[in-house]
Amino acid sequence: MTRIALQSLRKEYAGQVAIPDLSLEIGDGEFFTLLGPSGCGKTTLLRMIAGFNSIEGGTISFDGTVINDRPPAERNIGMVFQNYALFPQMTAAKNVGFGLQTRRIPRAEADARIARALESVRMAHLGDRLPGQMSGGQQQRVALARALVIEPAVLLMDEPLSNLDAKLRVEMRETIRQVQHEAGITTVYVTHDQEEAMAVSDRIAVMNLGVVQQVGTPAEIYRRPANRFVAEFIGKTNLLERDLRWQDGRATVEMGPGVSIDVTGLVDPATQGRVQVSVRPEAVSVAAEGVPAEVLDETFLGSHSQVRARLASGEMIEFLEFSQQSSSLKPGVQLRLAIETHQLTVFDPDSGASVARGASA
Amino acid sequence: MKGQGRGIDGWMSIALAITAGYLFFVVWPLVTVLINSVTKNGAPTLDGFRTFFSSKLYYGTLTNSLLVTVCVTVLALLVAFPLSYFMTMFRIRGNRAIQILILASMMSPPFIGAYSWILLLGNNGIVTRGLRGVGIDSPSIYGFAGILLVLTLQLVPLIFTYLMGAWRTVDVSLLEAAESMGVTGWKRALKVITPLLLPTVLGGSLLVFVRAFADFGTPMLIGQGFRTIPVLIYSSFVGEVSIDSNFAAAVAMIVVVVTLALFLVQKFIVDRRTFSMTAMRPIEPVQLRGWRNWGVYAYIYTFLILALAPLLVVVVSSFRNTLYGQFTHGFSLQSYFSSQRDITRLVTNTFTIGLSALVLLVVIAVLVSYLTVRRRGLLTGVLDTLTMVPYVVPGLIIGIGLITAFSQPPLVLTGTFAIMVLALAIRRLPYTIRSTTALMLQFSPSIEEAAISLGASKPRTLLQVIIPSLAPGILSGAVLSWVTIITELSTTLFLYTISTQTLSLGIYTQVIRGQMGTAAALATILLGLTMVSLMLLMRVGGGREIRV
Repeated sequence: MTRIALQSLRKEYAGQVAIPDLSLEIGDGEFFTLLGPSGCGKTTLLRMIAGFNSIEGGTISFDGTVINDRPPAERNIGMVFQNYALFPQMTAAKNVGFGLQTRRIPRAEADARIARALESVRMAHLGDRLPGQMSGGQQQRVALARALVIEPAVLLMDEPLSNLDAKLRVEMRETIRQVQHEAGITTVYVTHDQEEAMAVSDRIAVMNLGVVQQVGTPAEIYRRPANRFVAEFIGKTNLLERDLRWQDGRATVEMGPGVSIDVTGLVDPATQGRVQVSVRPEAVSVAAEGVPAEVLDETFLGSHSQVRARLASGEMIEFLEFSQQSSSLKPGVQLRLAIETHQLTVFDPDSGASVARGASA
Repeated sequence: MKGQGRGIDGWMSIALAITAGYLFFVVWPLVTVLINSVTKNGAPTLDGFRTFFSSKLYYGTLTNSLLVTVCVTVLALLVAFPLSYFMTMFRIRGNRAIQILILASMMSPPFIGAYSWILLLGNNGIVTRGLRGVGIDSPSIYGFAGILLVLTLQLVPLIFTYLMGAWRTVDVSLLEAAESMGVTGWKRALKVITPLLLPTVLGGSLLVFVRAFADFGTPMLIGQGFRTIPVLIYSSFVGEVSIDSNFAAAVAMIVVVVTLALFLVQKFIVDRRTFSMTAMRPIEPVQLRGWRNWGVYAYIYTFLILALAPLLVVVVSSFRNTLYGQFTHGFSLQSYFSSQRDITRLVTNTFTIGLSALVLLVVIAVLVSYLTVRRRGLLTGVLDTLTMVPYVVPGLIIGIGLITAFSQPPLVLTGTFAIMVLALAIRRLPYTIRSTTALMLQFSPSIEEAAISLGASKPRTLLQVIIPSLAPGILSGAVLSWVTIITELSTTLFLYTISTQTLSLGIYTQVIRGQMGTAAALATILLGLTMVSLMLLMRVGGGREIRV
């Protein structure tokens, strides 16, 4: 059980600043994910925690002890790599046992722990296989067992699923979540896949250009994005530029000719004028009354269809319709769209920051 | 790196030790050659260079060498390209066997080719006498044309191996894309394939260039009146008339400058053109029909016969009877029995010296490649450059450097076992380091990090994780190095004594002394040793690509 505290961390590569100033707190036994596009600094940060990258400023501490100068071998970490990094000449069991051997665990105890670890990732039957004889998913299970068997203070995972195919990814992330939960080890997980992040994490830090954009539970990040970057990176959204007006103490925007909607409680009373309204596709539905629009095209996706339509203002809007209704949505069809107000978020058009009350970028 | 303070000291001291070793055993000898080239009896002079450029007898060897080198490189390319093209694009029966035979002909001791062409086309050669019997004067093997023939046959396999390696990286979709745009056949070979293979071709042709330029054995044996620059260095250093080490050193410096210039030009061109490819789907050979099929087979087999004939001739000749060193009628094991004691001595020396050099070589190569790949820094950068020095300096000159530097205090090594081992290791190191570095680059750093994250120390990581996983590659590289060590001639030519003479040196002296029978017997043994090593390589390499 370990708390991780990152304080004012700074990372430079040959004079280029990769991470200017970053602080985070990760709780005991928490499954914490660093999420962001490639090049955002998430892997760099993970490798700083592991000790493979140098630290140009700030501190990293485990349970209040600064570990900046401790070599990786002494940080008591378990690490899972994107390319599995299994030792190619050793069997699955030997790979899992490697960390126990360096810790001089007696043979009998080590064997029992290897067996248990392989069991927990459902690889007990393949203990004598060499990495070359295993599938990608099996290799990653062994790598996970190898990282867990040493009972590390912290488990670090660097895009562990990105080399696997889509179906296996879903299966593996359930295994990872379950195993982590049972072991109760503080886990830092790096991924660029927002769906994966939402599925496994207790909390997520969304990163861009070396800066943490928002930290929160998956639901918080999806429903209350701190800024435009987070809103666009997590899920899909339609950004519409509108005027925010105050009438009788209520904030309203005119979505289409004659159709105004209330923006509920979230808006800072000081805000008015140009804003960007973020409308999630699932907040839009075809209705008898609402904003007029013309269907442009429809993409059939199985359980539902994705529809693109043009508003009277010329803006494009995307929304989802369940499949049975989609046959009527041919290109050129005129229709009206209802927008659910409690799912809206509003951003400052210049800074991109949310103007929701209490939200901080 | 912060947080890794303890590991750095160990690796840094290894880097320092190896760098110091290179400075003392590679750079210092070359510096003594440089000093020798501009001083005579302690006084500064440019006499050596002046003599060289004053007489056509001397500077002519430079133009001769350049002529041979350019012609051989062009010819080797012209022969090797179609060969690799046919072997890749078309289904050839016995493809694998043919590739192994071509490799074998490349790995055979370089000067054995020259020697056996003497047996075939020399003044008293089999073909010469046969043709004379029916009243035809056969073309002479001696001189320019002979050197050209022997060196081209020797070096085609080298470029061929390079090209085959490059072909393996060409994805068939590139060819299909060209075909879909209407570019096929020779047009495709020229417009699409040639540019793809060009970096490899340039890299390979430099190697051919340097080898042909520095080759000593072939022009020494069959050059006769046509003298090349290595022959000039040899004869002025050994002293046909009088020993003139100032002159020899000056010529050596000229050779170093020429090879270095070539190396830099090639590096400049290749660096600008490098791109990386990996073939998801390698090229599938197609079955040819009719006259095209016959043509392709004729081309491949003609080359094979020409390349392998010399080896066959040597083996057969070793069983012929001899009289005063020359072959006479009848077959027996006379050549083997009469020189039994020599054979035992030479084979023992070849093994003890060769294996010692090999161990030294592999240990240094593994350490250097690890340092240059994983510990990039100023010191390892310097080390990386230093290790490439013997790559551009011909073996003969390394030998001259070693004998000048270590025949005087502080360290006298002339005539020892150690100097032979050193010379062979130094000569081969650039090649072994390159192949080990390639392995090291493919080895994902995260595997090493995984070991460290599991609490393993640096030495433990090296010994338990890195070396075992690279072992197959290191081993097949070592076998290849072994083959080149036992066939090396020019580096050790000045360094051996009777007690440190190896097989290849033995063959050379027997040929020079006119003891053709003994020479053939020794050559057959060396050839046998080479073939056994190559078969071992096929075993340990498990069909992996062979790097030269």
